Amino acid sequence: MKKTYRIEVDCANCALKMEEAARKVDGVADALVSFMTQKMKVEFAEGADQGSVMAAVRKACKKVESDCEVYLD
Amino acid sequence: MTKKQKNVLCRIIIAAALMTALPFVPAEGWTRFVLYLIPYFVIGYDILRKAALGIVHGKVFDENFLMAVATVGAMLLGLYRETRGLEGEFAEGVAVMLFYQIGELFQSVAVGRSRKNITALMDIRPDYANLEDADGALKQVDPDDVETGSVIVVRPGEKIPIDGVVVEGSSSLNTSALTGESVPRQVEAGQEVVSGCVNLTGLLKIRTTKEFGESTVSKILDLVENSSMKKARAENFITKFARYYTPAVCGSALALAVLPPVWNLLLGNPAGFSTWLIRALTFLVISCPCALVISIPLSFFGGIGGASACGILVKGSNYLEALAKTRYVVFDKTGTLTKGVFQVTEIHPSHGFLEKEENREDGGAGEKERDRENAAKKLLEYAACAESYSSHPISKSLKEAYGKEIPSGSAANVEEIGGYGVRAVVGGKAVAAGNRRLMEKLGLAWEEPKMAGTVVHVAVEGEYAGYILISDVVKEQAAEAVRALKAVGVKRTVMLTGDSEKAALQAAEALGLDQVESELLPADKVEAVERLLAGKGAGEQLVFVGDGINDAPVLSRADIGVAMGALGSDAAIEAADIVLMDDNPMKLALAMRISKKCLRIVYENIVFALTVKAACLVLGAVGIANMWVAIFADVGVMVLAVLNAIRCLKVNGKRCSAI
Repeated sequence: MKKTYRIEVDCANCALKMEEAARKVDGVADALVSFMTQKMKVEFAEGADQGSVMAAVRKACKKVESDCEVYLD
Repeated sequence: MTKKQKNVLCRIIIAAALMTALPFVPAEGWTRFVLYLIPYFVIGYDILRKAALGIVHGKVFDENFLMAVATVGAMLLGLYRETRGLEGEFAEGVAVMLFYQIGELFQSVAVGRSRKNITALMDIRPDYANLEDADGALKQVDPDDVETGSVIVVRPGEKIPIDGVVVEGSSSLNTSALTGESVPRQVEAGQEVVSGCVNLTGLLKIRTTKEFGESTVSKILDLVENSSMKKARAENFITKFARYYTPAVCGSALALAVLPPVWNLLLGNPAGFSTWLIRALTFLVISCPCALVISIPLSFFGGIGGASACGILVKGSNYLEALAKTRYVVFDKTGTLTKGVFQVTEIHPSHGFLEKEENREDGGAGEKERDRENAAKKLLEYAACAESYSSHPISKSLKEAYGKEIPSGSAANVEEIGGYGVRAVVGGKAVAAGNRRLMEKLGLAWEEPKMAGTVVHVAVEGEYAGYILISDVVKEQAAEAVRALKAVGVKRTVMLTGDSEKAALQAAEALGLDQVESELLPADKVEAVERLLAGKGAGEQLVFVGDGINDAPVLSRADIGVAMGALGSDAAIEAADIVLMDDNPMKLALAMRISKKCLRIVYENIVFALTVKAACLVLGAVGIANMWVAIFADVGVMVLAVLNAIRCLKVNGKRCSAI
């Protein structure tokens, strides 16, 4: 199951950091961040709860880059 | 500018104003320090906060940390001198922070602008669809809400929002957003239209055949948006590079601050702590990897955007990067180099038939050419009429070449002989049209055409009358395309085809191809590509170009699969790595040129940024470069690199439709 989320991030390096952080979250099989289109594509692991996983992803991203935002709608 | 950017701009102005005023304030010692702390915090509080957060989270080595260490260090150094009764230099620390923020702001605005430019270039997303009410009034709705099978109205000047079939009206469409082609396309009732085209002249009513999400325009947007997620090798290199680079630089800076003074102490000289500390801090400021990290994805994104404006969809930065190293181009024949439609290419009346027609016409002697033309017309008419009941593609080509309406009663006693051809009575004459086996069956001698293709032999009243040759036509631009590919560095051009050897060789000769493999089954094509792949050198790329409809396995086997003429064909868009929206083979050479330019810019940026940084680092370490040079090395290089990256958007300085 893949889903794309809108994000807000200022610098390309920060986008890379967000991508790394998101990949490490439990329940995320793979994550890709496009700085250019300001989007994050998340592939969820089998049976993962999207809501809680994304909340964790957002938290992890905030931790590496406090200025960023992940829109969960 | 976003709110965040405006906020930063305000802080920059306040801090700059304070900095201008402070030298005139007569203060000393701690008071002076505290006064300078005000602009320092105004401009740098968020950097300090981020640096602190980074330390808390165990991620120390980022640019915020670098800036925080450099400026806090400079401030403390100033304080140290100030408390010793000397005049401390506080302005430098604040200035570094100030210029760092100006640089960041500039970067964020420049990048945001170019991002918007590129996305605007690719923005073919329709905003609304017009649905017609029961009473005829138009209502604008979100294209997402239109159900399949509803009738939408597209007025002149509007984009077609959803794929469908025209039910009413005729118009010309501008497909340039999809294909890069500026010649409008005519449509009328009954024809299929794809979303993303702009309606130019007439009102169209369209019955949608797909949902918005499944329509061409959505698919293309999806593809282009995801393309920047497939990272090129150069991008991955920079990611890895940054991972080792920042800690290495921090380590070096620390060594620079500590080792020389300790060495001096050991030798019994004055330690010179403050000198080396300043050098270490300068070193830190110079070393920010931003220029590289930002400019490389931006270059690739610009290249992809520029290409898509020309009707070339590249599905990832990695393909754009690989395209520049293409040395082998393998073409499918039908539909790629040739038009894939069968046309009458030769009408050859037999000698006997010619004589007969001449007698009949009683034409003036010497007008042989006209006689020949008339005989050819007559021959085509016989064949077209005899075949008029058949639904075979050959019959269609004959009818098309004949051009006139064939009256329904023009052929009588039609008898189809499976595997041979047709016998019929046309205009009171017994006509037989078919392959050579039919002629053999009738006991007639036939002539063999010199050119390759499908042959229809015709006999009239029991006598051989000639043949009509039907073959696939080579695209006008194909030979030029092959030459253009050679000019951009392709070593070998190969054509694979299921056609007969004769037809293949003939086409290959006309186009100037290096190698031909004919009479291949689909599975043989994969094998042929694999043989070529095994034979190519390291780092060389093999491109396969097909129409994307029945060559998906070959497309995926090649290093880069290119589908051509993909407008309206979802399968082709799915299967290929690079999609040429129209069927002009010249676009492949154009794509290669875009790729080469983009890569050149990427390397320019890498070399430029690293050289300037390395030079400044050395100068900083030996104390020649001061903080101002350091700021240029960081912000200036980044700005130049971003400006250079934006050049990727332009295709050879021209709009692509001019190429």
